[in-house]
Amino acid sequence: MNRLSWFNTVSLTLGFAFLYIPMIILIVFSFNESKLVTVWAGFSTRWYGELMQNQAFLSAAWVTLKVAVFSSTIATVLGTMAAYVLVRGGRFMGRTLFSGMIYAPLVMPEVITGLSLLLLFIGIGLDRGVLTIVLAHTTFSMCYVSVVVSSRLVTFDRSLEEAALDLGCSPIQAFGLVTLPIIAPAVISGWLLAFTLSLDDLVIASFTSGPSSTTLPIKIFSAVRLGVSPEINALSTIMIGIVTVGVITASLVTKRASIRQRREEQEAARA
Amino acid sequence: MRRLVLIAVPYLWLLALFLVPFAIVLKISLSDTALSIPPYAPTLDFSAGWEGIRSFFAELDFDNFVWLTQDDLYWKAYLSSLSIALVSTAITLLVGYPIAYGMARAPEEWRPTLMMLVILPFWTSFLIRVYAWMGILSSEGFLNQLLLWVGIVDEPLTILNTNTAVYIGIVYTYLPFMILPIYAALDRLDGSLIEAAEDLGCSRLTAFWLVTIPLSRNGIVAGCFLVFIPALGEFVIPSLLGGSGTLMIGKVLWEEFFSNRDWPVASAVAVVLLLILVIPIVLFQRNQQKQAEADQ
Repeated sequence: MNRLSWFNTVSLTLGFAFLYIPMIILIVFSFNESKLVTVWAGFSTRWYGELMQNQAFLSAAWVTLKVAVFSSTIATVLGTMAAYVLVRGGRFMGRTLFSGMIYAPLVMPEVITGLSLLLLFIGIGLDRGVLTIVLAHTTFSMCYVSVVVSSRLVTFDRSLEEAALDLGCSPIQAFGLVTLPIIAPAVISGWLLAFTLSLDDLVIASFTSGPSSTTLPIKIFSAVRLGVSPEINALSTIMIGIVTVGVITASLVTKRASIRQRREEQEAARA
Repeated sequence: MRRLVLIAVPYLWLLALFLVPFAIVLKISLSDTALSIPPYAPTLDFSAGWEGIRSFFAELDFDNFVWLTQDDLYWKAYLSSLSIALVSTAITLLVGYPIAYGMARAPEEWRPTLMMLVILPFWTSFLIRVYAWMGILSSEGFLNQLLLWVGIVDEPLTILNTNTAVYIGIVYTYLPFMILPIYAALDRLDGSLIEAAEDLGCSRLTAFWLVTIPLSRNGIVAGCFLVFIPALGEFVIPSLLGGSGTLMIGKVLWEEFFSNRDWPVASAVAVVLLLILVIPIVLFQRNQQKQAEADQ
């Protein structure tokens, strides 16, 4: 057993070093005084200051945030509906096509999704801007939401809903009072997933954005193509920080919720 | 009635914004490039009635697809995408399996933390993770400084803007997709089976080869598809880490559209890429279904 755990320790250490060292280097060099990103010239927060002065980045960040909030919210509503239809809808005309359209965008190369949506927008004469990016992001992220939510709905005990209906709830009340609270963690993680997918997306946004609606990834991509820059390092560090805090908070919240749920179940069993 | 609305809203959304756009791509791939706005011909003209529709269909042809086979840029790009995706999937498996194995053998109370450490990079911007390697792999980058300092090399290696950098980028960004399904499979594996194999005279290595690997097969297959499918159409990694010699079809499609403004050829490239992807996607779907049935 000893030999094995030695092997495991080494593989885990090397594996996580590989995953994290590139990001740590990026973060460290964002505090570098020098314009040369590979030579250390002392600690400085100079690049963060310059970033805050950079109007182009700030307005791109604002566009990105708007797009992410709108698209993830619409995607959560549509994705939850789609999950409900897939799990509970029973048989209806074109069900196979429907589930195909839910799963296909998950494996579709982004270049194809982007190209096809752009050709649609041009075909119907819709001017490219914030609206078209929101439509594009909603379409692919609703599929992710519906996968996350339907995996929760499958394990959901249906008799709870039936009990609510028997006790006089309307179907909408039963959904709002019984189903929704139970699937809420899945709906929230679906929203978070849609939100990050939208924040991250470069390819689809490049196809569907107009000149006045540059998003942050588009801006970063065009800056990065010219080479490494300390300002982008600073921006990346801020984004990594936000994600880290978000993921840790989310995992603590779900952990506490699951502990509370277990305790309530135990109390209910005792009573 | 309520049920109808529930079905119709997401259904119509996906029809309008997923299926119809794809039909448009298919149609434009059959059109010809033209110096007009939009830059292809023919365009469907309903005002001419049936005659217009008939002449529209008469003008569609497979010229762009014939063109794809004639110019060797395209089939070379498809082949090189396939080989880059295959090789990097294999490397990701070799790197990812020991990590997943170590996680599954780690003490119970560590596992949630280890899980989170694998998932965290997945939530971090893809673009930033690729960008992080630009600073490491460049000729005066971190890796070369380290190698020079240790004395392994005498002059900096050229890694950035080569296929090697593309492999590193793909392995790095898609590693969590490989680790998670394998970990899930190994986590469910009944440890007493390995003990039984060892009691029956297997060495630890034989037991691993004959018991652990076959029982984690579904996880391996799922992980490989989750890496291979997106890697095939990858655009960001080859354009930031690859060089002018790196041919990948996602990049070709992008340039065909944005630089050459040849929409019909870009659409034809997309259609062929999708046809290639259908095979792994169907195989993947089947693997997932088999696993779901096995779970029940």
